[in-house]
Amino acid sequence: MTERGRGEVIVEWLVESLIRLCGISAIIFVFGIFFFVFREGAGVLFKGFDFREFFFSAEWYPTSQSHVRYGVLALMAGTASVTALAMAIAIPFGIGAAIFISEFCGPKLKETLKIVIELLAAIPSVVWGFIGLTVLNPLIIQLFHAPIGLNVLNGGIVLALMSVPIIVSIGEDALKAVPDSYREAAVALGVTRWQLVWRVVVPAAKNGLLAAVLLGVARGVGETMAVLMATGHAITMPSSLLDSVRTLTATIAAELGEAPVHSEHYQVLFVLGILLFVITFAINLTADLIIRGVRKP
Amino acid sequence: MMAPAHLFQATPLTRRKRCTERVAKYVFLTMSLLLVLPLLLIVGYLVYQAWPILSWEFLTTNPRRGMRAGGIWSPLLGTVYLVGISLLISAPIGVLAAVYLNEYAKDNWFTRLVNLAVVNLAGVPSIVHALFGLGAFVLFFGIGKSILAASLTLAIMTMPVIIASTKEALAAVPLAFREACWNVGATRWQTIQHIVLPNSISGILTGVILQVSRAAGETAPIMFTGAVFFKGIAEGDPFAYGLFDQCMALSMHLFTISTQVPDVPDALPFGTAVVLLGTVLLVNALAIILRVYLRARKKW
Repeated sequence: MTERGRGEVIVEWLVESLIRLCGISAIIFVFGIFFFVFREGAGVLFKGFDFREFFFSAEWYPTSQSHVRYGVLALMAGTASVTALAMAIAIPFGIGAAIFISEFCGPKLKETLKIVIELLAAIPSVVWGFIGLTVLNPLIIQLFHAPIGLNVLNGGIVLALMSVPIIVSIGEDALKAVPDSYREAAVALGVTRWQLVWRVVVPAAKNGLLAAVLLGVARGVGETMAVLMATGHAITMPSSLLDSVRTLTATIAAELGEAPVHSEHYQVLFVLGILLFVITFAINLTADLIIRGVRKP
Repeated sequence: MMAPAHLFQATPLTRRKRCTERVAKYVFLTMSLLLVLPLLLIVGYLVYQAWPILSWEFLTTNPRRGMRAGGIWSPLLGTVYLVGISLLISAPIGVLAAVYLNEYAKDNWFTRLVNLAVVNLAGVPSIVHALFGLGAFVLFFGIGKSILAASLTLAIMTMPVIIASTKEALAAVPLAFREACWNVGATRWQTIQHIVLPNSISGILTGVILQVSRAAGETAPIMFTGAVFFKGIAEGDPFAYGLFDQCMALSMHLFTISTQVPDVPDALPFGTAVVLLGTVLLVNALAIILRVYLRARKKW
């Protein structure tokens, strides 16, 4: 066996260290994101921050002259209502399309549909927002005689179209992961395609489908530009689909530019960021655990 | 003796089953098509509205008269800078991270932790990335609002997806290739450098190209880290921006002229939207074509 040259060994060691460093970079970045967002928001959190008002008051008056109030209930209701409507549309369509692509269609059509879904996923969120503004806004005003077309309905439709591609692609993966022996066993019993899908494939893939839905929800909660442009700017508790709302994400995007750096308002916006980070982190973690659980057995 | 004809007719139960099946199939088909339809309608409508303004001049002149006239040169060049620089940062780190995860990492708790971090990094909302970029790059590291700070923010946002797609490309290279190389005495890195990377480079490229379109479309992360409402630059000079300058960006420009500036002629935002959407869809189409081509000529 020949000895390796000294130079060769050093190069190998250097490259390997570099690769290891890059390898753990993802962990560094996740902690970095939490650390720096927390660092900017921490000032206000440890100075008698009123958590009760923060979570249970719908009054968000960050720039009030007389009495500044930071209640995010209305903002959370905004996020929840838009996301809920989006999911009510996107889940049936997304899962339906996933079932069709995975179980019902031929290879050519399958390839085409997957490409279209991929392109749909590529449309930038600011373009979706623009569509909400210029296409859906006048449409909603006309159809529902609403005073303004920028509302929960508008944001929900836009967000549904944005989260459908995720639900379809993850959902299709989940359906594909169902072993063929399940299908063969069912076909041997003489079931139709529909019975096969409804009684065998979907129940077997239900965890993966759930994960697909969760990732869709996470996308909806975290989406910023589209909902900023499509939901109007009313910070109130929504009571109907035609009410304007403001989401958590949109509030940060709309107000950060005007809040003086390191002012209380600025810090509270970072606290909103921490809240968003924690919510999406929890959803993504759950989805990941579910997907992992599907792969394991 | 011939069997009576009715034996070959479907029983009511079978007929009902077939009927359900057909209904189910068409319901799902309709659902799928309803997803395809918006894409066509949206692209068609945007192009129709933007048609009168689309010209070479629109691409190569700065916005004028408070963004109510002129073209999109300044934001277009800004987007090119942001995308280029962010990928110069995220592609090498992302690819090496994937090499680590696929070629070096053992299957233990630490590797699982890294993988978990990648998944969660991919799920961080873009506005949180914006807060991070502002808190870390602009303020803490003192880079200030600049192309560099915005690109760094975008780089961290695009990295997890590059890691995921590269990992997939690396995993597609058969283990036998590596074993053959190790057996002739090559080191780990030599094997990666001469066997694994060349055999997966196209898959890696496809993943990186897809992130071009993602980085070009993002608005929130650059809003507070380097993109500005307006900045006039020398028309026709591709080096008009410096690394520490602030810049305009197509996505931000579309947001600005469609919501913040009153009395903008309709064609302007539509033109901007079409250029942005066209770029993104073209880049994606390129990646898809590359992928189809690769699959067709794959040797193993």
